[in-house]
Amino acid sequence: MTATRDKFGRPIVVVTGMGVVTSLGAGKTDNWRKLTAGESGIRTITRFPIEGLKTTMAGTVDFIPVEPFSSTDLCERLGEVVAEEAIAQAGIGARGDFPGPLYLAVAPVEVEWPQRQELGRAIGPATEVNYDAMLRVSGGGRFTRYHHRFMFGSVANHLAETFGTKGSPISLSTACASGASAIQLGVEAIRRGEAQAALCVATDGSVNPEALVRFSLLSALSTQNDPPQAAARPFSKNRDGFVMAEGAGALVLESLEAATARGATILGIVAGCGKLADSFHRTRSSPDGKPIIGCVRNALADAGMAPEQIDYINAHGTGTPENDKMEYLGISSVFGERTREIPVSSNKSMVGHTLSAAGAVETVFSLLTLEHQRIPPTINYDIPDPAIPFDVVPNKARDARVTAVMSNSFGFGGQNASLILTREPV
Amino acid sequence: MNEIKSSKPATTEVWITGIGLATSLGEGLDTHWEALNQRRINVDEKTFAPYIVHPWAPVNLDKQIPKKGDQRQMEAWQRIGTYAAGLALDSAGVKGNAEILARMDMVVAAGGGERDLAVDSNILNLEAKGNSAPGFLNKRLMNDLRPTLFLAQLSNLLAGNIAIVHGVTGSSRTFMGEEAAGVDAARIALARIAAGQSDIALIGGSQNGERKDLLVLYEFGGFNLKDKFAPVWARGDNAGFALGSGGAFLVIESKAHALARGAKPFARLTSVVADLASRHRSGEITAKLEKLWSELGVIEGKGAIFTGATGAEPATSEERAFLERHPGFPVRATGTIFGHTMETQFPLGLALAALSLSRGAIFPPNDPTGLEVAMSGPPSQIVVIGTGHWRGEGMALVEAIK
Repeated sequence: MTATRDKFGRPIVVVTGMGVVTSLGAGKTDNWRKLTAGESGIRTITRFPIEGLKTTMAGTVDFIPVEPFSSTDLCERLGEVVAEEAIAQAGIGARGDFPGPLYLAVAPVEVEWPQRQELGRAIGPATEVNYDAMLRVSGGGRFTRYHHRFMFGSVANHLAETFGTKGSPISLSTACASGASAIQLGVEAIRRGEAQAALCVATDGSVNPEALVRFSLLSALSTQNDPPQAAARPFSKNRDGFVMAEGAGALVLESLEAATARGATILGIVAGCGKLADSFHRTRSSPDGKPIIGCVRNALADAGMAPEQIDYINAHGTGTPENDKMEYLGISSVFGERTREIPVSSNKSMVGHTLSAAGAVETVFSLLTLEHQRIPPTINYDIPDPAIPFDVVPNKARDARVTAVMSNSFGFGGQNASLILTREPV
Repeated sequence: MNEIKSSKPATTEVWITGIGLATSLGEGLDTHWEALNQRRINVDEKTFAPYIVHPWAPVNLDKQIPKKGDQRQMEAWQRIGTYAAGLALDSAGVKGNAEILARMDMVVAAGGGERDLAVDSNILNLEAKGNSAPGFLNKRLMNDLRPTLFLAQLSNLLAGNIAIVHGVTGSSRTFMGEEAAGVDAARIALARIAAGQSDIALIGGSQNGERKDLLVLYEFGGFNLKDKFAPVWARGDNAGFALGSGGAFLVIESKAHALARGAKPFARLTSVVADLASRHRSGEITAKLEKLWSELGVIEGKGAIFTGATGAEPATSEERAFLERHPGFPVRATGTIFGHTMETQFPLGLALAALSLSRGAIFPPNDPTGLEVAMSGPPSQIVVIGTGHWRGEGMALVEAIK
């Protein structure tokens, strides 16, 4: 009989279902094929006018239509698509009756410009538009749907009802580490014995004018617009920022015991989770790298593993000058001599930065790496940065023996999270 | 949505050892206790008329956020929250204790999305005057938005600011989702400590109710209290909530951890339960609250109920039906006193419950309808209820430590 508890006596947490959507396509098959072919999903934006913008490309998901468009509606739709795929693969529960809680990483919800412009039109051209005038036209039941749409909890409530998850669904944000945090919440609930299964979903559909402008004003985005496919250049010397992107990832987590009992196919193990917050700055990492180092070490300690046991690192690798430098500092401090040998690649070179979804999207890709024993490349890697001597798996996917993957997420507000995924229990 | 996922009855006892309150009634526990006992309410019917809000009582921000640069990087809701979080750390006696703060877990319940009203208004006015060229919006936003406003809009940046200003860095999670976010912040933090996954945590939230953009959002659903203030239970046909302003944070930790550092508890956080009623039919909220009550654990001894009932309908009437089935528990509606602080209302209820238990009394009623009655003698248990104005139901049991 296989042990169902890890070396610390906690229930082993396994993955039995996965779903993913990125700018490369919908579903694991399509994404994996394109990811390992080194294709880019980054394109010139067509969803809205790009005049006046410094950055005019993104990894939008335009092939899943949402009418009328809002980022929150797209977020919700992408969440549905990936949850559907993950639950179908897991074959768990009955339709609309998922036997566990929902942990949802979701982009913060806000009223968007189309709705604000609708209020402007409702006020009419004869009156000066200000928030008092907007308040006067907002009531009376005319815009009730916008209350429901723009509640922060609305996406989670919808997914909870659609998939019949149990209890109070959690909507969370830890910025660009949100997807990893959602998975971590699921792992913790199963380890506590509070749940035997959890649905962890992360979704982001935020490519709209204001969201793009906000990142642009913080000088976080690449402006290498032409050709758009070459904009995301993680770890390259000529990297100049990240590329905003949309996408979603979902995982069905179960205790090994519950999964085995129902004869489920086990896709991988979530062996460890680490996190540590940074108190240095709102958008920058501590220059000594300590929070990242601590986060990575926490993940190894939580898994009860040594750095030597990690075969591949799925990097946060945003392609901003700052992130990639700090990530190298953090990884090299923990992995020492092995830093030059261990493959470290960034999916974001192809799918862009899916923000709130990134941690889950990249966990799905990490598990596919374990399944296929093939490492997706870092594309657009033409001019190596000598200060970052990683083996970035440049430009071409590589077959390799991979038993354990570390997936890193680092976000604004000092949010750091690392996950360790393995083929077999460790 | 039939099963209830709750934090298991604590295997490890969890204490509330720190409370930070900075609200429309002022700052600090003595100030609050005195105001509550005087039935003082700070409500503004004029500034946003016909909408009613509870304004934040100004404080000397420097006392908890010493760097002006930090204050400038925040909007009001973040300053309120960071200030209240500092008070909670002070109250627990861990402020500046680098060793503890470095492993303190944080779960913040937050909204976000604060607007620059002048920028929005200007763009809409220019559009009304015919500026509709492609890229007009882009150019205005690129020119007009303050780069740092983004950092005040991001939900997780309250937690980020607390980490920066106070050094809480064990872990940082932000839950969104209106009232339920506050319930779940307490539920998850308690579950983690009870299961030995964490020793000490900072939980709470904050809101600035003096925001027209927030009023617009709730006006969409017709939820704003208008024209004349009335206690929550006495709003009758004038249903709705007055947005409240305030921050409420608590430090909770395992009994063993508290004892080891010689910390004095206010109360025990025994259990927190939450669920999501579908609310498609009337009566579902009442039934869900009844179910949560039964999940809460043993209710014995002398108890009271502090509810965050919003005044919005039908949720408040359904909750009243539940409360009337439990007449042995004197009720206090925090919404009457503080207004509705949304994500913060449940942590606020926990804070007031712990404060009351530690003072051996509950504050007097403030309700002309007679639902709230006086209570004599010290309570041993207080149940905190959080029923969302639109979705989500939660409940906590807070107990006196003998």
